[in-house]
Amino acid sequence: MKKFFQVLYIALILLFIYAPILTLVLYSFVDTPIVSIEQAFKIGFSFDLYIKLFNDAALMKIVWDTLILAVVVAILATILGTVGAIGMFYSKGKLGKGVAAASQIPVINAEIVTAVALVLLFSLVFEESRSYFTLIIGHLIITTPFVVLSIMPKLKQMDGNIYEAALDLGASPFGALVKVVIPEILPGILSGFMLAITLSLDDYIISAYTKPAEFHTISTYVYGAMAKSNANSSLPALRALSAIIFVVIILVVVINNIRTRKKEA
Amino acid sequence: MTQKKFVEGVEVEKNKFRLAFSRKQLCIPYGLFLALFVVLPLLLIVFYSFTDKDGGISINNFVRFFSSGTTVTTVIISVLLALATTVICILLAYPVAYILARSNLNKGGTLLMLFIMPMWINFVLRAMAMKDLLTLSGIFGLNNYVNVIIGMVYDYLPFMILPLYTVLSKMDKSYIEASHDLGGNWFTTFTKVTLPLSMPGIASGVTMVFMPTMTCYVISDTFGNGLITIIGKLIDEQFTTYQNWNLGSAMALVLLVIMLVSMWVTGGFKSEDTRGTNL
Amino acid sequence: MADKRKERIIEIENLCREFDDGVVAVDNISFYVRRGEFITFLGPSGCGKTTTLRMIAGFDKPTSGRILLNGEDISHLPPNKRPINTVFQRYALFPHLNVYDNIAFGLKLKKVKVTYQDKNGETIEKVEKLKKWEIAAKVEKALKMVDLEGFEKRSVSTLSGGQQQRVAIARAIVNEPKILLLDEPLGALDLKMRKDMQLELKEMHKKLGITFIYVTHDQEEALTMSDTIVVMKDGVIQQIGTPTDIYNEPKNSFVADFIGESNIFSGTIVGDKKVRFINHNFDCVDEFAINEKVDVVVRPEDVVLVDKGEGQVDGKIISSIFKGVHYEMVMLVGKTEIVIQDTVERKVGEQVSLVINPNDIHIMAKEFSSNKYDGYITKKNTVCFGDGEFECDVTQLYPGSILDEEGYLITAEGEKIDLTDVDVEVEVGLKDIEISDDQDIGGAIGNIVSMIYKGDHYQLIVRTDENEEDFVFDTEDTWNENDRVSVLIAKDKIKLKLKQEIKR
Repeated sequence: MKKFFQVLYIALILLFIYAPILTLVLYSFVDTPIVSIEQAFKIGFSFDLYIKLFNDAALMKIVWDTLILAVVVAILATILGTVGAIGMFYSKGKLGKGVAAASQIPVINAEIVTAVALVLLFSLVFEESRSYFTLIIGHLIITTPFVVLSIMPKLKQMDGNIYEAALDLGASPFGALVKVVIPEILPGILSGFMLAITLSLDDYIISAYTKPAEFHTISTYVYGAMAKSNANSSLPALRALSAIIFVVIILVVVINNIRTRKKEA
Repeated sequence: MTQKKFVEGVEVEKNKFRLAFSRKQLCIPYGLFLALFVVLPLLLIVFYSFTDKDGGISINNFVRFFSSGTTVTTVIISVLLALATTVICILLAYPVAYILARSNLNKGGTLLMLFIMPMWINFVLRAMAMKDLLTLSGIFGLNNYVNVIIGMVYDYLPFMILPLYTVLSKMDKSYIEASHDLGGNWFTTFTKVTLPLSMPGIASGVTMVFMPTMTCYVISDTFGNGLITIIGKLIDEQFTTYQNWNLGSAMALVLLVIMLVSMWVTGGFKSEDTRGTNL
Repeated sequence: MADKRKERIIEIENLCREFDDGVVAVDNISFYVRRGEFITFLGPSGCGKTTTLRMIAGFDKPTSGRILLNGEDISHLPPNKRPINTVFQRYALFPHLNVYDNIAFGLKLKKVKVTYQDKNGETIEKVEKLKKWEIAAKVEKALKMVDLEGFEKRSVSTLSGGQQQRVAIARAIVNEPKILLLDEPLGALDLKMRKDMQLELKEMHKKLGITFIYVTHDQEEALTMSDTIVVMKDGVIQQIGTPTDIYNEPKNSFVADFIGESNIFSGTIVGDKKVRFINHNFDCVDEFAINEKVDVVVRPEDVVLVDKGEGQVDGKIISSIFKGVHYEMVMLVGKTEIVIQDTVERKVGEQVSLVINPNDIHIMAKEFSSNKYDGYITKKNTVCFGDGEFECDVTQLYPGSILDEEGYLITAEGEKIDLTDVDVEVEVGLKDIEISDDQDIGGAIGNIVSMIYKGDHYQLIVRTDENEEDFVFDTEDTWNENDRVSVLIAKDKIKLKLKQEIKR
């Protein structure tokens, strides 16, 4: 009986979480500006929205721009964050503590505050206060601390002596870091990288404040479209885009799950 | 010049002890980055909030902020909306986390994965999806506040489930057994043992839900038919529509202070609770 | 002399290590290590033994002092440049590498000088890395040494504790270091495994012929394995010697207590090779000045039990536990407990007598800096000790407390405490005691039993009649031995400490 209620509850919450997504996927096959049941029956199912999506050069550019930005940001954030995390871990003094405290600020700060603070700085320092460069800086601020956060536990779990053991066996300090410490924290670095990609893809506010006017990410474009549309409904082509993103994520997660399970077995 | 000698075939470089080099100094690039792009901008916020448009020192921005009825109402509405969202999230997420952590439903973490997966989808797209569903089911348009709360709960629920699950799954089961052993029934065990022990998870869940819901105006804009303004939107308007950066900075500073206080109250933030880090 | 120096592979000169927080981990130690010996640093945790080892390895930098390797100062040489390898406490095996790669780690980094003959017959010297087959051969040899042939491809996380331990040893010795450092290497193993590994390590030391520097807190391990033991406490070397020396002739009560089980008594030299403790004058073999305060150490197995009246001191057995080979019994003499190990059991409650052979009485000079007594508080809030009663300030037992009119102590938290009959430790400094001919004004009465001139003052000992309690103090006045005097101590000079927390 207890079990029945547990399953029921979990099912209800999952329904709450997935119903909107599934609706979206369903209506990605209905080429209608208004999401409604009558429309679905009237117009019928087709791949029209997908065709429209792939033929919409502007939209496709936004998708690619967003992806490229995320990858560039994630690479930079991972390098900066990995080096920083190792430095902070081994610097027990004021320097390390200061950097660690500063690193927490973007994590806990409201994004709008981070964003407007950046606007103040960039308008003072740069002639062009919004550029691809400022966009990357903005994204680095909200992603790098999370890279650090995902690496730190791995550093703490590491046997503190292995760095010294490498020195003892003849490795230089740099060699010991590369040969022993980095491989040891690699899972943290990888999950930090993945996290940086998601955070960058997900971001709206920082992008809105730091991006150049003509540049769009999926977030800023969708928000703009939603704010403009009075029909209380999404842009039809975006439904197809969302459905594709959703399927890609499911595939990534499932493949990843199978892989880790195989490893464990 | 360093003097080189050989001790049984080993090169000895005098006065060259480089063990301390390195590892500490590695935090310098990141430290500089943070100083330049995080700390300095916050100092600018403080500077702008205490000056007027001509650069003279004044506290007018704060006076304006606190004396205006609209802004105060906005702050109250933001807090109430965020509070409602946070409480609903806790109420919905706690049983989920509890069941996932305790029962055998979550074998191999597959079920947890299902709850976390939406976090990987762009949150504006997720909001769009929810809006479509609400429109479809006819709920949308009944009440703007209800719409906004549904949208916020929908977007932030996974952020509450994850830290709660982390703390509950790590909790030593022998505490529960000890409580039963000492005569506690299910209810007292829950209220006297499980709940107090899961406070750190609740605290970090609250930090991850409360602050964003107070400031992230994407949901309130798209679900509130443009009729609901939250404090984040106020700041946004000062910077984009009205171009009053000084007033906007003052508002941001107030928000910053609220954030620091709430951090201090909830007692910080645990790294392992951040989204997806432990996946 | 030159030869002697040559056989020293490591020399430590006035080595100090102070941490950033001001803790002095190693306090001016000097010693040397002979080539090929098995030397052990022994001491409780926090005694500085691991810090010393880390400085020899190069992980820690001395605050001052020098470390010489074959006469060359290596204090500032980074660890990767030292011909020294370490076996770490929890092994520190690299989890991402398999057994083979762990062991080959050092070899792959090693560069050696190789001489070639070119076409013209000229010899060319090149610095090269080791060849793959050379590394493989060395790893195989090392694995054989630690009995782990065939484990090359295993992941280190699948190994048992003992196997990991062997890999750690192989990883260190494969580099053919001049010195092998071992930091509590057996600490994580169970008892049986530890015993086996002790013998194996000893065997390995013999086979390899290199110097082993070993760190442990386990005295039995140190005694079993070492050629030389360095006993440390609070960053200071207490004694250096062979295991036999350290066990049989401990230099002070700390060493005696730490190495093996011991009975340690406070005693006084009462004559030529005569020492008094547990109310009896024993013959002994060490010569000390008469009336000197000493620590007396007697090993439990050196106390011989005989029937009542037949030995030197009578007493009663108050506990007896069977320990496998022997019985461990506790005998009560007056207020003193004596631990005895014997193969013959005496029943609890039995009246017995003990005999201690003069050779088994080890006497150590005591650093005497203050008088210490066991005492108790009276109803009048005075303190009784040393066969006398003295005025004292009982509020020092609880910081911030005061006395109320009825003589109860009120603590800073407002609690009311009755101190009557509370046991305390009493300490009185050497400069804080005065004596008087007037026998009515002092707290205790006794005879002057000793008067030693110490350059600018006399050190006197006044001994009481009843329990032979001694008051030792410095004075500039001259007195005569055997004068009967009373002892005066100012109220604020009596330092009190609670023996245990009072039940409220």
